[in-house]
Amino acid sequence: MATKVMMEALSPTMEEGRLVKWNRNEGDAVAQGDVLAEVETDKAIMELVARGAGVLRARLLAEGDTIAVGKVIAIIAEPNEDIAALVGNQGQSESPPHAQEAGPTAVAAAGTDAMPSPGVAQALGVDPSQGHAPQAMSAPAAPTPGAAPRTTMGQPTAHASEQASHAADHGGRTLASPLARRLAAERGLDIGELRGSGPAGRIVKRDVEEAITRGAALLATARPVSPVAPGADVPEFEDVALTQLRKTIAKRLSESIGPIPTFYLTAEFDLTKVAELRAAMADMGPEFKVSVNDIVLKAVATALSQHPDVNAHWLGDRMRRFNRVHLGMAVAIPDGLITPVIFDAHVKSLRQIAAESRALAARARDRKLQPHEFTGATCSVSNLGMFGIDQFTAIINPPEAAILAIGGLADVPVVEGGQVVVRKRMRVTMSCDHRVIDGAIGAQFLQTLRRMIENPLMLVF
Amino acid sequence: MANFDVLILGGGPAGYVCALRSAQLGLTVGVIEREALGGTCVLWGCIPAKSLLESAGLATKLKSAAEHGISLGEITLDYGPAMKRSRAVSQQNSKGVEFLFKKNKVTMLKGEGRITSPKTVVLTGADGKEETHTANKALVIATGSRVRGLPQAGLELNRTSVLSSDEVLVLEKAPKTMAVVGAGAVGCEFADVFNAYGTEVTLIEVAPRILPLEDADCSAELQRAFKKRKIDVVTGAKITAAKVSDAEVTLSFTENGQARTITVEKVLVAAGRAPNVEKIGLEAIGVKKTDRGFIAITPGFETSVKGVYAIGDVAGNQMLAHKGSREGHVLADLLGGQHAHPVNYDNIPSCTYCHPEVASIGLTEEQVKAKGLAYKVGKFPFSANGRARTSGNTDGFVKIIRDEKHGEILGAHIVGASATEMIHELVVARENEFTVEEVDLAVHAHPTLSEAIAEAVLDSMGKMVHA
Repeated sequence: MATKVMMEALSPTMEEGRLVKWNRNEGDAVAQGDVLAEVETDKAIMELVARGAGVLRARLLAEGDTIAVGKVIAIIAEPNEDIAALVGNQGQSESPPHAQEAGPTAVAAAGTDAMPSPGVAQALGVDPSQGHAPQAMSAPAAPTPGAAPRTTMGQPTAHASEQASHAADHGGRTLASPLARRLAAERGLDIGELRGSGPAGRIVKRDVEEAITRGAALLATARPVSPVAPGADVPEFEDVALTQLRKTIAKRLSESIGPIPTFYLTAEFDLTKVAELRAAMADMGPEFKVSVNDIVLKAVATALSQHPDVNAHWLGDRMRRFNRVHLGMAVAIPDGLITPVIFDAHVKSLRQIAAESRALAARARDRKLQPHEFTGATCSVSNLGMFGIDQFTAIINPPEAAILAIGGLADVPVVEGGQVVVRKRMRVTMSCDHRVIDGAIGAQFLQTLRRMIENPLMLVF
Repeated sequence: MANFDVLILGGGPAGYVCALRSAQLGLTVGVIEREALGGTCVLWGCIPAKSLLESAGLATKLKSAAEHGISLGEITLDYGPAMKRSRAVSQQNSKGVEFLFKKNKVTMLKGEGRITSPKTVVLTGADGKEETHTANKALVIATGSRVRGLPQAGLELNRTSVLSSDEVLVLEKAPKTMAVVGAGAVGCEFADVFNAYGTEVTLIEVAPRILPLEDADCSAELQRAFKKRKIDVVTGAKITAAKVSDAEVTLSFTENGQARTITVEKVLVAAGRAPNVEKIGLEAIGVKKTDRGFIAITPGFETSVKGVYAIGDVAGNQMLAHKGSREGHVLADLLGGQHAHPVNYDNIPSCTYCHPEVASIGLTEEQVKAKGLAYKVGKFPFSANGRARTSGNTDGFVKIIRDEKHGEILGAHIVGASATEMIHELVVARENEFTVEEVDLAVHAHPTLSEAIAEAVLDSMGKMVHA
């Protein structure tokens, strides 16, 4: 039976693909899952895999040429099969495989923007605690370099990941074991959203258990990350593939509150020590004068550098966690609002931040900001404290995942050691994109921020 | 001197399956075998033993011939012809593997192999001539295991009175008396065979019960059946002395603290198998072993030496032919660049072919308890099964252990006439994660022994019909 090889939608937004390189020649035998060609999508260079076995009889697209998704670009058939009719019909549109289907199947070949095939390492991996094959399975040498190791247990890729793709792909029928269904139902997991590691992508018990574990892992403590200096030999950001759990969370929450499912966390910080610090610095001379806002900006930037899961963007098909902090600061201007950016705020001194924020605010009000000065923030802060606002919620500036709304400083009666004392307090409300940030993650970030704002000497470290 | 993609040491169930499958995937394959193809399974284990058990079963069955209106006159039992039949069956199977090798263009290299580098093996033929063969892609060690004997108990194998299963399989006649030391699958099977051929059998096991790896209920049921057939079953035994001559052996042992001495014509040592890891050159290339002396492998069967693999008994885990074959198959798929599922060592059936048969999959009740799992047990006796009554095989039961909450089949244990065939329904169920409910939903034909599975499953849910 002949198989038409079509240009597949290898990214969710891909409408056409450029054939970079054929990996197989006409006349070559191909097995299902073999990489036939490299295709440049709108995002990256991806591998196009064979969805049938036989001989690559005809290549209908030249290297370097571009063709729309769904068009036939090659024919795989038996050596003696008559394919004249199929070749004649080239360019005929077929119903394209859906991006969802192709997405996890394709393996990124090049480009930093390439989507890693999520979790394919788990395609064959089995719960090691059950004595099954762990994921780091060593793969024996393969017969043909390139193609074959992908189909071994060690590095399941094209073919294996296809098996690991959404079970919902099987003609709308979800392949799942009865036990997996029971376990998923009990946990309230949508079985169709899980990744199957059984034969033909069937969802089995270990897949459900893995999804549950992954869910728990997302709530794990934020890891402290040392700041990355500009120009340091560290990638500026890290793209995080969406787990099925994360996809489900995103979908469900967007349906509930859309398009950005936002939730809010409010904390009241004690600014006694900030006030002391400011007073001490002012005593040192006018050049040391800093505002509360400057200290808040510095604290937010430092805290963000330790919480890349908050310092993140939602990109639809993945999350991007930044290792550098470019802090947006909302500035009110006569007919609106603009958010200039303090780049690499996490490595700038309080003095630099003070100077830069003042300059940016002034240029914003004078409408002198260049586009590059108000784009590229990784996270933002909005401060309405100077307008006498105690507390408010700010609107997230997409694709950023969070924004902090800073209220005004107020003298508040506080109980300390059984005594009512007056303290300078400030309320901060964090708006979180729930697709990226879960409650605990946001709360942990605010804990870090509190520690810094309540002990501002940490910021000079 | 020849070059192969895959060079395999050992033509047993692991090695020969790996060879056939590799060849089918287009690889060139050589198999070094010192004896004949088929390994212990075909030559000295599964196949001849099952042939003898079939004979034994028939011998026992004929005792009830009169009930069926069949008059046979006096029944005489002669182990010799049964042994010869078993050898013929074994030969046929070995020839069958040879035929498959030819058909699939696998090269058989007769002789002893010694690894000299991760890619080369020196073959010493029967004539003492040496030749070197090369493995381009993979060198696979599938040398199997052998009976170890019990020298620590004074039972060194001597080929006359202290025997391993290898020698017992070629005895010309059944001895008058025999002690079988070790009541695992092999011990129980030979106790069964010789009992059927009129030998006075004493079955001695150090553990508190026979078939110590099976569920305790199965052990008890088989022990009951054995005792009914006058097999002297001694459990919790400790051998204190063995006086060995070529004609007889006097064994002293304690049975639950009580001292006993018996004198028997033959002792079958059916305890302990050791992996064949000696004299094959493992040290030369530094292949690492486990604490228990097996070759250590990754889940992809690779040893500590790159490009050198080990499968079957020599690689540990269950020492069962079907485990080895599966490993051989999966390794071949990996070598041939095919998609392969890893071997699920938690779902390998265990079968003992005595009468009644014992078969199991998954965990025993003891293991489930030890894991602290919440579980329910369902059990149905064959004495209540119509088909079992028609065949007169009413010994045994089906026992299902299921997870209390989700109905997962944690373990299944069958004692009965066709237990080793019936178990696969539950192997398939477990492999596919069917719960007890799916097994119940599948209609079981009437009248069949398998109905007992359906009833045991229902019982585990508290819904047994024929209760």
